[in-house]
Parts: sequence; structure tokens; C-alpha cells
Amino acid sequence: MSNLTPTAIGSGHEGNLRDQVKAYFSRVKNGEMGALPAIGALVVLAGLFGSLSPFFFTKLNIANLFVQAAELTTLAAALVFVILLAEIDLSAGVAAGVAMDIFYLCLKSGLNWIVGVFVALIFGALVGLVLGWFVAKIGVPSFVVTLAFFLGFQGIALILLGDGGLFRVEVPEIKAIMNENLPAAAGWGLLALMLVISLSIGLWDRARRSKLGLAVRPLSILLTKTALIGLIGGFIVFFLNQNRSAAFKPIAGVPIVIPIVVGLLFVGTFVLDRTQFGRHLYAVGGNPEAARRAGIKVGLIRISAFVICSMLAVVSGLFHVSRIGVVEAAAGRSIVLSGVAAAVVGGVSLFGGRGRLVHAAIGAMVISMIDNGLGLLGLSAGISFLVTGSVLALAATIDALSRKRSGGSLARS
Amino acid sequence: MDTPVIELSGVKKSFGPVDVLKGVDLKAYAGKVTALVGDNGAGKSTLIKGLSGVQPYDEGIVKFNGEAVNIHDPRQAGAIGIEVVYQDLALCENLDIVQNMFLGREEISQLTLNESEMELQATKALQSLSVRTVKSVRQKVSSLSGGQRQTVAIARSVLRNAKLVILDEPTAALGVAQTEQVLNLVRRLADSGVAVIIISHNLVDVFKVCDDIAVLYLGRMVAQIETSKTTQSDVVGYITGTKTYDGAN
Repeated sequence: MSNLTPTAIGSGHEGNLRDQVKAYFSRVKNGEMGALPAIGALVVLAGLFGSLSPFFFTKLNIANLFVQAAELTTLAAALVFVILLAEIDLSAGVAAGVAMDIFYLCLKSGLNWIVGVFVALIFGALVGLVLGWFVAKIGVPSFVVTLAFFLGFQGIALILLGDGGLFRVEVPEIKAIMNENLPAAAGWGLLALMLVISLSIGLWDRARRSKLGLAVRPLSILLTKTALIGLIGGFIVFFLNQNRSAAFKPIAGVPIVIPIVVGLLFVGTFVLDRTQFGRHLYAVGGNPEAARRAGIKVGLIRISAFVICSMLAVVSGLFHVSRIGVVEAAAGRSIVLSGVAAAVVGGVSLFGGRGRLVHAAIGAMVISMIDNGLGLLGLSAGISFLVTGSVLALAATIDALSRKRSGGSLARS
Repeated sequence: MDTPVIELSGVKKSFGPVDVLKGVDLKAYAGKVTALVGDNGAGKSTLIKGLSGVQPYDEGIVKFNGEAVNIHDPRQAGAIGIEVVYQDLALCENLDIVQNMFLGREEISQLTLNESEMELQATKALQSLSVRTVKSVRQKVSSLSGGQRQTVAIARSVLRNAKLVILDEPTAALGVAQTEQVLNLVRRLADSGVAVIIISHNLVDVFKVCDDIAVLYLGRMVAQIETSKTTQSDVVGYITGTKTYDGAN
């Protein structure tokens, strides 16, 4: 055993471009499909709606689609944190609704809007704390306790705002998030920043591996990935920077909400992939007993996940208020189910332990596109619900089947 | 004879009116594999749970490398160098081999996970056990066979510099070839200077790999014998209580 030269045990980083591509496809074949089905669905849907409605691919509609998806993406991303633990938070939408009611009451009492946002976020954190406590410490199934909160918060919203209450929120800064656009240069600048950050992280990882003498993937993979992000991002920025108004006053630029959501996704992904907390979150989602035996504070991880979920949900509530300009007692009742659907359609496993934030974003795009496209075709809301439901059922089936396959014969006997 | 890594004397444990351990002695030496055998209900699990700190003993002396210690929780057991590999393995299927081996003790630098350092150390730990059955340390555990999973769980204890590794039924769910692999691995683990205790019902395996056999019968250690000085039928006799070890042979 004196001979410790690097031997047969690899790390998946070995080989040239062709080996890497081959390894990727064999992983996909073994059930690690990630967001692939959802990306396929996006392409099919875009083709379908584009050919059926001349309005679908107009600049105005695409911009609208992104803005609609931004709100749902944030909620779906919030839910990913609890779905990764094989839990669910049905109350996220209405909790965000109540947080916005509180935000409105803060404004009404003369407080600054920044303070209002802060209070709303604190409220979200408290809700998450209580939910997490019920789940982690008392052992109430999350489905039940969040259903209870779902009902309770609807009551609180009615009590706070009164029956059928609908109140305008006149804060220019809030309104701007969903309704104003960045100057063209700022859009390009932020895209460049994003590329630089992602490339530096990739190079940094490579440098660290080489220093320890570990195998590194071909540089061309990193460059191709960055180029691909640049290409897609560049196309979107270019497209959104065109004037999309039919009226005299031009509308152009990347909507402000988009860089905010991209930033949230980036930070969240960083936490999940590169911090101990993220690692432990996946571990608890995969096998809570193993996590406990490894010395992980399982209860604390569960509570934190619910806190993060509720707080991010409040952010999505803020986007909603920004878009429609009012708070209402009924806010957030139905969107939470779309949020769950988006996460699952994007490839986040309801069985816990598998999924990424970007999956939530792609899933949210699919759900928003169905909504948007069917709306353009003049089909009723009934059809939209039917189609969304079918897509969700399909996604859940793929999830269950791919889990069976990648779990091998040992996973469940 | 050198000091045992772990030495239990007069260990007792009861649950309410039921005395499960009635004064048990046990020694395990560095570089040796000690089998812990006994019928269901003999107290094997309770004995191990005391060593791992999950359920501390009521009475008795526990000496680690000759010094009396009081093990009262799993973290502390890990800190002094006792690792338990449980029957149901305690791995996260959704994580890869490196992530599992470092679970709960991740290497951190600049507040983030130091993946490359962990990968290097995990690879070295597997190589030190001459593991050849694992293709990539970045494979998800869900894609591994039972024997490979057992290998990962055992290698984890090497990584943690364990002085005493306790294996709970390591071959119970494995086929013939995989059992062979795991037993070889156990042998190499002991050869690297670790004290190993194996709980097993399979006497063929026990005689193949163990240096010492300790037999529990109804909460008492009725025999601790060198494998070479006994036979399978004698051990079966001690386990079932039909024979009494007189210490003479």
C-alpha cells in the first residue's frame, strides 16, 4: 500500500471533450435528466404558440412573458428550498399576500416604503420559523400545517383589509420593479458582469483542482458553457432593448425585475452548491437519518428552509404588488400551486434531495408560457388549467420514473 | 500483550426492569478483528450503542487506550476515534461518494466548501484500502451496489482516523462476491492498525476474517477466544447456551 500514485479511481473530470459528452449522455440515460424535459417542453410550446398566434413572438409579448415568469420563478425558487427536504409549503402564496397587506398598512401609517418592505420580510421570516417549528420540532406533516396556515392567512387577509378590499400602493420604486426598464447599456453591462463572474468561478475551481494535482475537465467545456450563456443572454438583452411599444412613447430595455431575479437565483444557487448549509440541506432531503448520524442538526436545517421559503415568497409577493399596483385580500391563493407545479415541471424532485434553483426558473417559464400562449389564442381559463394540470402530471410521472431508474434495484425493494 | 484499544469491564445496562447487559467484559486490539456474536436478544446492539454513545451504559468501566473514558454522546465517541458503520449504512443516495464521506465534517475554506481538497482526501482514503471496485469518487451513491456502498461507509471511518471501527452486520445483504470484497476490505482495515469489531450472524464469515470471537449470551460475555483455538460447533454451542466455555482450551 505504499504505492499511492493516482490509480483506477477517477472523479468524472478525466478524459477529453468526447469522453465528457459521452459521460453526460450516459448520466441522462440513467435518469439524471434535470431540466431537459422542461427545456424540451419550452421549445415545443414556443413553436406551437408561435405558429398559432402571430402575436406570440412580438417584442411586447416576450417582454411580458419574462415579467410574468419572474414573479412565478421567485415563488418557485422559494418552494425549492422546502421541496428539497421532501416537504411542501402550501401557505407560501397567502403568507406573501398577508405580508403585502402588512406592507400596505405600514405605508398607510406613514412609514417609509423601505421600512415597510423590511417589516414584510420579517413577517415572512417569522411565518417560516413557526412553520418550521411545527414540522421539525412537533412533527406535524408539512402538508397539514401549511394547509392550516393557508386557510388561516386567508382569514387574516380578510380581517386586515375587509371584505373585497382592494387598495392602491403608490410607491414609484415598487411600481418600477415590474413596469420600468433598464437603459440599454445597463442591460449589456449586467450581462457582461454575469459572464465575468461565472467564468471566474469556473477558472477558480479549475485552478484549485490543478493545484492539488486533480484531473480537470477540458477548458473548452467551460468556455462553451460561458459562450452559450453569453449567446442566450445576449439575444435576450438585444431583443428587450428594442422598442416594443406600438404607441408614440417608446418602451425598451430589460425590465428591472429580471436582473433582480437572476441575482436571487445566483445567490441561492451559490448557497445550495457551495456552502455547508446547502450541502446539509441536500443531505437532509436525501436521507434525514444519515444526516442525523453524521452530526447534522436536522431540525435546524428544516426550520431554516422554511424561513428562506417564506421570505423569498414575500419577495415574489412584492413583485406581484408591483405588477398589479394593488393589495387585495384574495392575493396568493392560487399562485402557490403554480409555484409547486413550476418547480416540479422544471425537474425538482418531490421526493426530496434532487433539484436546483434554475430548474424552478425553467419550470416557471413553461407554466407562464402555457398561460400566456393559451390566453393569446383566446382559449378560456378552463383550458389553461387543464393543460397546466396535464403538464404537471406528466412532469411528476417523469420524476417518479427517473427516480426509480437512478435509484437502482437497491433503493426500494 | 499491549493495551487494548477498547476495554470494557463490568458493563451493565437495563431498560426498566429488564437487564440487557449484566456485567460484560470485552477487549479489542489494534490490528485485530474481533467478532461479536450472539443470538437475537443477547445484547449485541445494546453493547454497541453504549460504545457509540447513542445509549450510554448504566455501570461499568470503559477504557480507551488504557484510559478510562465516559462516552455519553455520538459526537464525543467520534472525537476519540470510535466509528460505527451501521447495517442500514446511513448514506445519502442523492449525494456522491466524496460528499457522503465528508458529510457533517466538510472541509471549508473562505466560507465555502473546499471540494477539491475533499475529493483528494476521499480518493486517498479509498486507495489506502486498495479499493478497486469504485469507478469515480463523484458517482452518486444511488448508482452503487450494496458492496460498493459498504466500501464507502467503511472508507469514511478511515478518513476520520478512527481507532476503533464497529461494523454492524456488514455482509448481511450482500451476495457471495461482494461479501468477499467487503471481508477483504475489513482485513485491510485492521492491517492498517485499526481495531475492528464486527457484529455478525454468519459464522463462516467470522471464521474467515476474525482474530478473536466474543460470544454474548443473555447479557453476559460467556467467551472471548482466539479464532484459531476454537471451532464453529463450539461457538454455536456458546451462542445457544448448550455449551459452556471453561477457558481451558
